[in-house]
Amino acid sequence: MSDNLIYAMEVTLNGLMAGVLYALVALGFVLIYKASGIFNFAQGVMALFAAMTLVGIEKGQVPFSHLINAVLGTEVHHFGWHLHSFLAIAFTVVVMIGLAWAVQQVIFKHLVGQEPIILFMATIGLAYFLEGVADLMWGSEIKNLDICLTSNLCMPQGINEAIDQTTYEWFGYGFFIDNLDITATIVAMVLVAALVAFSQYTKQGRAMRAVADDHQAALSVGISLNFIWVLVWSVAGFVALVAGIMWGAKSGVQFSLSLIALKALPVLMLGGFTSIPGAIVGGLIIGVGEKLFEFAIGPMVGGATENWFAYVLALLFLVFRPQGLFGEKIIERV
Amino acid sequence: MFYREAGDFHTTYKDDNQTFPIKFDRIRYYVVLAVAFGVIPFLINDYWANAVFVPFLIYAIAAIGLNILTGYCGQVSLGTGGFMAVGAYACYKLMTAFPEVSIVFHLIGAGFVTAGVGVLFGLPSLRIKGFYLAVATLAAQFFLVWLFNKVPWFYNYSASGQINAPERTVFGMAVTGPNTEAWAKYMICLVFLTVLAWIARNLTRGTVGRSWMAIRDMDIAAEIIGVNPLRAKLTAFAVSSFFVGIAGALFFSVYLGAVEVGEAFGINKSFLVLFMIIIGGLGSIFGSLAGAAFLVLLPVLLKNILVGGLGWPIDIAAHMELIIVGGLIVVFLIAEPHGLAQLWKIGKEKLRLWPFPH
Repeated sequence: MSDNLIYAMEVTLNGLMAGVLYALVALGFVLIYKASGIFNFAQGVMALFAAMTLVGIEKGQVPFSHLINAVLGTEVHHFGWHLHSFLAIAFTVVVMIGLAWAVQQVIFKHLVGQEPIILFMATIGLAYFLEGVADLMWGSEIKNLDICLTSNLCMPQGINEAIDQTTYEWFGYGFFIDNLDITATIVAMVLVAALVAFSQYTKQGRAMRAVADDHQAALSVGISLNFIWVLVWSVAGFVALVAGIMWGAKSGVQFSLSLIALKALPVLMLGGFTSIPGAIVGGLIIGVGEKLFEFAIGPMVGGATENWFAYVLALLFLVFRPQGLFGEKIIERV
Repeated sequence: MFYREAGDFHTTYKDDNQTFPIKFDRIRYYVVLAVAFGVIPFLINDYWANAVFVPFLIYAIAAIGLNILTGYCGQVSLGTGGFMAVGAYACYKLMTAFPEVSIVFHLIGAGFVTAGVGVLFGLPSLRIKGFYLAVATLAAQFFLVWLFNKVPWFYNYSASGQINAPERTVFGMAVTGPNTEAWAKYMICLVFLTVLAWIARNLTRGTVGRSWMAIRDMDIAAEIIGVNPLRAKLTAFAVSSFFVGIAGALFFSVYLGAVEVGEAFGINKSFLVLFMIIIGGLGSIFGSLAGAAFLVLLPVLLKNILVGGLGWPIDIAAHMELIIVGGLIVVFLIAEPHGLAQLWKIGKEKLRLWPFPH
C-alpha cells in the first residue's frame, strides 16, 4: 500500500474521533432546538462553564475569589480540599440543573412566542453573560482537567500502544490514535444510548418527545411545558458537561473551548437541526472532511484550513439542501 | 411646550415628508452638527479621540451598515468582522498600489470592493433564511480572516504578516500614519459618518428601503406585491457591505494604523457590531448611532469606575463587561426589542404632551 493512502487512513480515523467530539456538542443543540425551537448559541459556552465549574469544585476553588479579594481586600483562593472526581461531577450536574432552571425562569419564560431569530440573539447574549460569569467565578487562566477514579487510575491520555503495535505489524507504520479520543468515542456512544433510552422508556422522556412534536397538543394532555423546558435545558447542560470534560481533557479548559463549539453549528446545518442521528453523522462528516482536506489541500494553500472548511462546506451544502441531511423538509405556510 | 408641531405648517408635499417634522428636532439636528463640526475638533485631544470619538464614529458606520442588512432587510449576519477586514485590506492594497490618489478615493474604493464580496456571500440568502443564514455568514467570517492571514499578496509579503498604513494626506493634513493630529482623525471619520448616515437615511425611506422592509416583514407577501427578492436582498448585502467596508478601512487606516487580521477583525468584532444594533435598535439609523455610542462608552466607563475608582484588577473589569453586555442584550430583547431608539421615541412622545399629558 502506498504511504499516502496509509497516512490518509490515519487522518480519517483521527477525523472520526474529532467528529465524535463535534457531535457531542451538536447533540446539546439538537435537544434544545427540538423541544423549544430555540437555537442555543450558548451551548459551547455552557460546555466551557460546566468544565470550569467541574475543575473549580474538584480543586476546591472559592467561587468569585478574585472578586471577593478585590472588594474586601482578603486573600482567599482555595477551600483546601480536593474532591473525588465523581463527587465533583455530581455537584456540577446540580449546578447545571440550577442554571437550566434560571435560564428558563429569567429569560425564556418571557420570550415565549417571539420570533426564532430574537430567541437566537438572546442566546448570544446569554453566551456572553455565561462566559463573563465563568471567568469571574473561576478565573480565566487555562486549567488542566483530570478525571480520576482512584489516585492512580485516571482518564487515559497519550498514544494507544495496542493500535500502534497492530497497525505497525499490518502496514509497517504505527497509527497515532489518542487514548482520550477512544474514551471520548465510547463515552459518546454510551451517552447517545442513554439519551435514546431516556426518551423512549421514561415518562419524562416521552413527555419531552411529545413537546418536541407539538407544543399545544402536549399542553392539552397535561404536560407542563415549563417543566419540560427546564428538563431539556438540564439534559443539554449535562451533555455540555460531558463535551466539556472531553474537550477540556484534550486541550485544557480555556476560552477557545467555546470557539471549538461554534463548529457544532455547521455540523448541525449538515445533519439537520432536528435530528439526533443527523448530529452524529454530521459531526463525523465534518471531522473527517476537515482533517482530510487539511491533509490533501492544506499544504498547498498554507494550512490552517480547519478554521473555515466546516463552515464553507455547510454553506455549499445548504444551497442545495436547505434542511440538511436528515432534517425535516422546511415547508412554509402562508 | 417647546416641543410641538403646532404652528409649524407643512404646506408642501416635501415639507410633509421631511426627516424631522418637528421644528425643535430640526434645530437640535443642526446644533448637533454644528457642535460636531465646529466645536469638538478644537477641543479634542489624543485620549478623547482614540478612546471615545474615533471608535464611536467608525463603529457607528459599521452599525448603520449592519442595521441596513439586519434591521431593515431582516438578514442576520455574523460576518461583519470579515467584511471589515475586506475593507481594511482593500484600502491597504489601494493605498500602496496608487499612492498618488487621494485616500478618500481609496476608502470609497474599499467600500465598493467590500460590496462586491458582500454580494457574493449574500447569494446563499436567496435559498436560506434566519439563523441558517447567520451560520452561513460565519463561513464568510472565518474564510476571509484565514485568507488575509495566509495569502501574502494581501499584506504585500511583509515579514510580520501585518499591514501598516502609510502616511496619506487630505488637503495637506496627514490623516493616516503616526503624524496624524487627533482632530484630523476625528474629522475624516466624522465627514464619512455624516455623508453615509445621510445616504442611509434617504435610501431607507425610498423605494429600495421599502422593498427591504417588505422582505423583512414577510418575504412571500413581498414577492406577491411585486418586490423582487433577489434584487432586494442583494442590494441590501451590497449597501450594507459598502458601509461595513468603509468602516473597516477607516478602522485600519485612521484608527489603528497597523492591523493583524485575526486580532482586529475576529468573530468578536462581528458580535460587537451586532450587539450595537440590538441595543441601539433594529431598523433605525439613530439606533445605530446610540448603540455604537453605548458600547464604545461602556468599557471606558467601566474601566474608569472599576479600575480607576475602586482599584480592581483589569481582568475583573473585563469579565464584568462581558456580564453586563450579555445581560443588557437579554434585558433589551425582553423588555424593549426595539432598543434605545424606541426609548428615545417614547421619550419624545411624552415630551410632545408635556406638561399637560391629558
